[in-house]
Amino acid sequence: MSLNRRTFLSSAAAVASASMLPRAAMAADSIKLGSILDTSGIFDAYGTPMDMAMRLAVNEINTAGGLLGMQVEVVAYDTQSDMALYSQYGQQLTRQDEVDVVHGGILSASREAIRQTMRKTRTLYFYNVLYEGGVCDRNIFINGVTPAQQVEALVPYAMGKSGKSVYILAADYNYGQITARWIQKFVADNGGETVGVDFFPLDVSDFGSTIAKIQTVGPDLVIAPLVGGAHLSFFRQWAAAGMKDRIPLASTTMGVGNEHKVLTPEEGNGIMVAYNYSQELDTPANNAFKERWSASYGDSSLIHEIAVSNYQGVMTWAEAVRQAGSLDREAVIAALETGLSIGGPAGTVTVDPKTHHAVLDVHIMEIEDQGMRVIETLPQRQPIDTQAVCDLQANPDDNTQYEIQI
Amino acid sequence: MDLYVVVLVEMLYGVASLILISAGLAIVFGMIKVINLAHGEFMMMGGYATITAVNLGVNVFVAMLLIAPVVVGLIGLVVERLVIRHLYGRLIDTMLATWGLSLFFIGLATMVFGNTTTGISTPIPGFAIGDYQVNGYNFFIIVVSALLLVAMLAVLKGTRAGLVARGTMQRPDMAAALGYSPDRVYMATFFCGSALSGLAGAILAPLVGLVPTSGGAYIAKAFITVIAGGPSLVAGLFASAGFFGAVNQIFTFAISPVIGEVALLVAAVVLLRILPQGVTGTFFKGRL
Repeated sequence: MSLNRRTFLSSAAAVASASMLPRAAMAADSIKLGSILDTSGIFDAYGTPMDMAMRLAVNEINTAGGLLGMQVEVVAYDTQSDMALYSQYGQQLTRQDEVDVVHGGILSASREAIRQTMRKTRTLYFYNVLYEGGVCDRNIFINGVTPAQQVEALVPYAMGKSGKSVYILAADYNYGQITARWIQKFVADNGGETVGVDFFPLDVSDFGSTIAKIQTVGPDLVIAPLVGGAHLSFFRQWAAAGMKDRIPLASTTMGVGNEHKVLTPEEGNGIMVAYNYSQELDTPANNAFKERWSASYGDSSLIHEIAVSNYQGVMTWAEAVRQAGSLDREAVIAALETGLSIGGPAGTVTVDPKTHHAVLDVHIMEIEDQGMRVIETLPQRQPIDTQAVCDLQANPDDNTQYEIQI
Repeated sequence: MDLYVVVLVEMLYGVASLILISAGLAIVFGMIKVINLAHGEFMMMGGYATITAVNLGVNVFVAMLLIAPVVVGLIGLVVERLVIRHLYGRLIDTMLATWGLSLFFIGLATMVFGNTTTGISTPIPGFAIGDYQVNGYNFFIIVVSALLLVAMLAVLKGTRAGLVARGTMQRPDMAAALGYSPDRVYMATFFCGSALSGLAGAILAPLVGLVPTSGGAYIAKAFITVIAGGPSLVAGLFASAGFFGAVNQIFTFAISPVIGEVALLVAAVVLLRILPQGVTGTFFKGRL
């Protein structure tokens, strides 16, 4: 028999596909959890602890006997803080690895880069980061806090400690813009007045004239949803000008990536924040979580808000699979939509069936000696911003990110 | 009244910080015609050198004014010997090479210091002007920038080394014929330029949160200032930094920080359209 190129290729392909068969059959013995995070590049301070938290969660699930009698296998890709890699690895996870669920995405841009791929390929997707709110898509579950959840708690507390006139300094992109709008709304709702709003491009690191300008206005309180390393300069320059003891400061972002550990106590003490998680949260669940983290990684100082969100996201999914008794996407979504809840390190996390967002505990805290001291816990806050625009029970086919008008 | 004083201080500070971040680039670009795209990273390394030294217990002013410039100057020296000296006179090639260097230094800093924000607090307390609190550190930056300009002028005009350097820039062949090695002079000039970049990074370190990619925030402003300044080193630097700093701060104060940044860029475009050779291509011709 003569072997030409064409017959060789076709027989080789047949052999190859035959050898694939047992693997495909074997795949049913393990559950594949896809993870897509920036564990290198400029966002790795967010992504690396998230990756550690995800692996910790999967380990715990497996040690406890796995799910549905199967072990959970992690298929993880590092997107290197490059948005283009999200679409590439998103395709790979869904079409090549054919994972059962995907957890991941950090920036809103990265979530939007893969959300439609997940929807088209019918792969269940969890986005576990605090973000600007408004995503309405039956295929996605989100368990970070949204601006309204944070701001609703933070504004009345901060105004109670200071006074009625508020000055807002926000990062100039969708998160900052939307959060600033929510702050204005809640300031008005609490009988206060917004006396100034300034937006800053992400690379602005000089706040001298702004600090002078704030003094000409003389507000009782400054709220600063500023983002990133350059904006951290504001808190430093504010303290250096001696303003810290004159006008109280609140922020919706300070500390999400453990930024408060960079500021000295003199610079950071007294800044008011509101989050779902703090390392200083003194609950049995959090203490046990920190111990397990230390046992796996040696040191628990890296844990931050969104790492815990990611952990809680994986645990929520696992609980839904257990309750559904199946990996089928529809069955798992149905289980999640029963209003399922789990107890995480940051408190109870409940799925809101209407929006697929999370009902969470929000803790009001003050930064104190590079830690976040918990002052008050507001249990089970609803994602009221997204609830105002999104109802997946009524419109299951919705697939938009709403810009919430206030 | 107090407000005007505060705005004036902020304007002077804006000008001073532009002078500071552009001085190193002005020397390297203006004198040896090397477009150093790694300028921002030299500043970033100056910042890290300061923070590391302070964390090791060195006095913060020693760290800023001495350790950081020397460390970054030495790094610059190594870079010059290994890379830059092969590229003199090849403007485009220096851009490519230094851009590669900037990526390399960002990667290196990420490996050594990690990708998290670090910083030190400002060593000078704030104080009051009338009803207003201002950052005392601003005055330090203003003083350093003024001294820097005077020192540059004094060295270039008043010393033999400055004369040799200027001569070599104009006619390297004649300088060589008179017994001065242009190679040596270039090397020394690049060392000084790098050291000044390091100094700038060090002095700005207490005001910012430093990450390995911080350099990118300065590079555009530094280039705009140097290009708009034109051929005269010191006069050009002073003129363009003065103009842009004032424009930026006035618009920031009057409208918003976004408009302040926009105004700076618009001013640069308009200025270069009217004076394509830079400010000192038309005015103060032949000055330093």
